[in-house]
Amino acid sequence: MTVAAVAGREVHVDEEGFLTQYDEWDEELAKTLAANIGIELTEAHMKAVRFLRADFKQTGETPTLRRCTNVGGFPTKDLFQLFPAKPAKKMAYVAGLPKPVGCV
Amino acid sequence: MTQTMTAPAPVPTFETESGGRKLCIICSKGSLDMAYPGLILANAALGEGIETHIFFTFWGFDIITKKTMADLKFTAVGNPATHMPNMVMGLPGMTALATHMMKKQMDGIDVPAVPEFLELITDAGGHLWACRLSADMMHLGAADLYDRVEGIISATDFIELSAGAQIIFV
Repeated sequence: MTVAAVAGREVHVDEEGFLTQYDEWDEELAKTLAANIGIELTEAHMKAVRFLRADFKQTGETPTLRRCTNVGGFPTKDLFQLFPAKPAKKMAYVAGLPKPVGCV
Repeated sequence: MTQTMTAPAPVPTFETESGGRKLCIICSKGSLDMAYPGLILANAALGEGIETHIFFTFWGFDIITKKTMADLKFTAVGNPATHMPNMVMGLPGMTALATHMMKKQMDGIDVPAVPEFLELITDAGGHLWACRLSADMMHLGAADLYDRVEGIISATDFIELSAGAQIIFV
């Protein structure tokens, strides 16, 4: 874990660039994180990201894709469209959370 | 006066198309415990942006046959890893009990039931294929199979389809 700059702000990140401090994230930062991986953040993206944040706060774990669908109510197809190819990891990155560890 | 500059944070690469990686999984068994490994791997691969195909053949047909897909069974008979005596597990009602236990365990760790799992996989862009020979052998047609199965294809078709893919046989 090191301190690095995102959008001119100092934050703690792991070696891949995922934020490690829950409270260092805000929606402004999310825009920069999304842009870093080629995603222009829309309200649809933000809804999913906010669910991830809220669920993490409650459970202490980044929700898996299935949980986003089952608990959050986001259809799997939509998540693959919003965050192409690797939705679970990309959502976690934009939401300033660790990668999900669950298998399903 | 010197000012220390903080280095910009690294950005994960997320190689989106996964370098054209392609995975084909052959599901040839129809018991509950043998259905899951293929489905779990397929789902994981799709989540990594990998083109994924599942080919259902022989007993694996039960996973995609409407009549059986929601009702796959698990038996502890002949499975030493369950650490249960065969004679006991072979008694009437034991398969139902073992199946019930396994379903409960899978549900407990948030693994979906088989029909829901197939829905998840196809929503994520996975492709399901049925084996022609198995269909003929069991006298089953497209109408008997889960409606998201894309086609009933021959072994030759599968070999063609899996060109350049990594293949996992379950």
